[in-house]
Amino acid sequence: MENGLEIARAAAEVAARQSYGRLVAWLAARTRDVAGAEDALADAFAAALERWPRTGVPKKPEAWLLAVARRRRVDAVRRRLTSEAGREHLKLIAEEAEAHMTDEDLPDERLRLMFACAHPAIESSVRSPLILQTVLGFDAATIASAFLVSPATMGQRLVRAKTRIREAGIPFRVPERAELGERLDAVLEAIYAAFAEGWSDPAGTETQRRNLATEGIWLGRLVASQMPEEPEALGLLSLMLFAEARRAARRSAEGDFVPLAEQDCLLWDRALINEAEALLSHAAAMGVIGRYQLEAAVQSAHVARRLTGRTDWVAIRELYDALLSIAGSPVVAINRAVAIAEAKGAVAGLAALYVLGDDKRLDDYQPYWAARAGLLARLGQVPQAIEAYDRAIGLERDPAVRRFLQGKRAVLRN
Amino acid sequence: MRYMLLIYVNEAAMAAAPTDKTYEISAAYGAYTEALKKSGAWLAGDRLKPTQAATSVRMANGKTNVLDGPYADTKEQLAGFYMIEAEDADAAIAWAARCPAASAGTVELRPIWEQTM
Repeated sequence: MENGLEIARAAAEVAARQSYGRLVAWLAARTRDVAGAEDALADAFAAALERWPRTGVPKKPEAWLLAVARRRRVDAVRRRLTSEAGREHLKLIAEEAEAHMTDEDLPDERLRLMFACAHPAIESSVRSPLILQTVLGFDAATIASAFLVSPATMGQRLVRAKTRIREAGIPFRVPERAELGERLDAVLEAIYAAFAEGWSDPAGTETQRRNLATEGIWLGRLVASQMPEEPEALGLLSLMLFAEARRAARRSAEGDFVPLAEQDCLLWDRALINEAEALLSHAAAMGVIGRYQLEAAVQSAHVARRLTGRTDWVAIRELYDALLSIAGSPVVAINRAVAIAEAKGAVAGLAALYVLGDDKRLDDYQPYWAARAGLLARLGQVPQAIEAYDRAIGLERDPAVRRFLQGKRAVLRN
Repeated sequence: MRYMLLIYVNEAAMAAAPTDKTYEISAAYGAYTEALKKSGAWLAGDRLKPTQAATSVRMANGKTNVLDGPYADTKEQLAGFYMIEAEDADAAIAWAARCPAASAGTVELRPIWEQTM
């Protein structure tokens, strides 16, 4: 019963965020004033989040939000909270929106809003938070906690970015063919950042984070549905679905970390895997390779184990070779070294890892130290392995992964 | 910038933990301290004895009051501290999140009030 209520609550919340995002996008696309649009709808959105879980989602959710926004205007004018810009928006709503509402749905401009939020003129670290706030209505404190930033700082960054959209005249449109590639990358990257923040809390102990993974997938679906001809948009969605499919297998019943190679395939979500495979082959058929398709292909090779009983490390290594050549990063290089170790032995893997040795960024990068420790341990270089495990343990923030690494280190001692 | 990481955990729960758990926790702190040192962020840090050992001192009306116990009775108690050097608040938050106390209690992050000329 409790569970049924939770599901109804979640469904109502999704619906409220859907309608809210559509309205903010529609308003902001007309005035370029994102903050004003949010301000105009803030009260109505809060009311929807509070009411819809109890009363159910109204038949025309956007119309409901607008009606509440209008009704509250009378009180709101006297309140400091509603700015001049907010009032302008409410006027706009009254005059223009209702025409759209009577017989058809409001046009969906959320894709345009995402392109504005991920514009090159917006600082890259704030793009993902900005999309989460404007398209999904998350407050600064929730976003800040997921991105490990203080709420006050996040609030300031978001306000600054919105001012910049207005002042710099950033357009609300999907870019032309010629510049689309690079600009779409920025949108996909922002969505992936949201997903990755949610993914880093696999047990879902912190609900806000788990939701971020779900929201990332949701945004990915939105982009893929509006741009079905873009292979990388499909590739990203495929990648996220592959990862999400393994969620239940990432922790044991006791809450312990289970590495990919030891996960029970029966716990993987087959429906999600099938959807991810279909998206990936559809994207690949378009004949333009890209980072997300390659990363999805790596995931696909990993989950093939459920059918073949083994992991094709040679294929995975080749995929990482390709990734390294088009989107090289320490993360890719480390994963490639692990694949080399599995395909050709720990010595070769360690050699591939040592090439990265003097990259300063690796000093406090946990996966590098964990990979290094694992390979040294396999070669029987116990003191060096212990040192690397200590480094990895000290840099880990997930207690389950920390326990897992401590276990690996303890075995070396004996 | 210098930051103080104040570690608050439930003392009673810590004392009640089984030996292997205690060992695991102190090993995690050891690794964390090492990671701080190797990254050049560590300035100082130590574990404090439990609040049973605490004494609070206050002067009022020219009289010194010495009281048994901590300054405030709280659900979680100050158990230790680190002082670190970090580029900015984001870097300091990243270190605080890695501190074992972040998943067992609370890490309060306070910038040091630097004396400027």
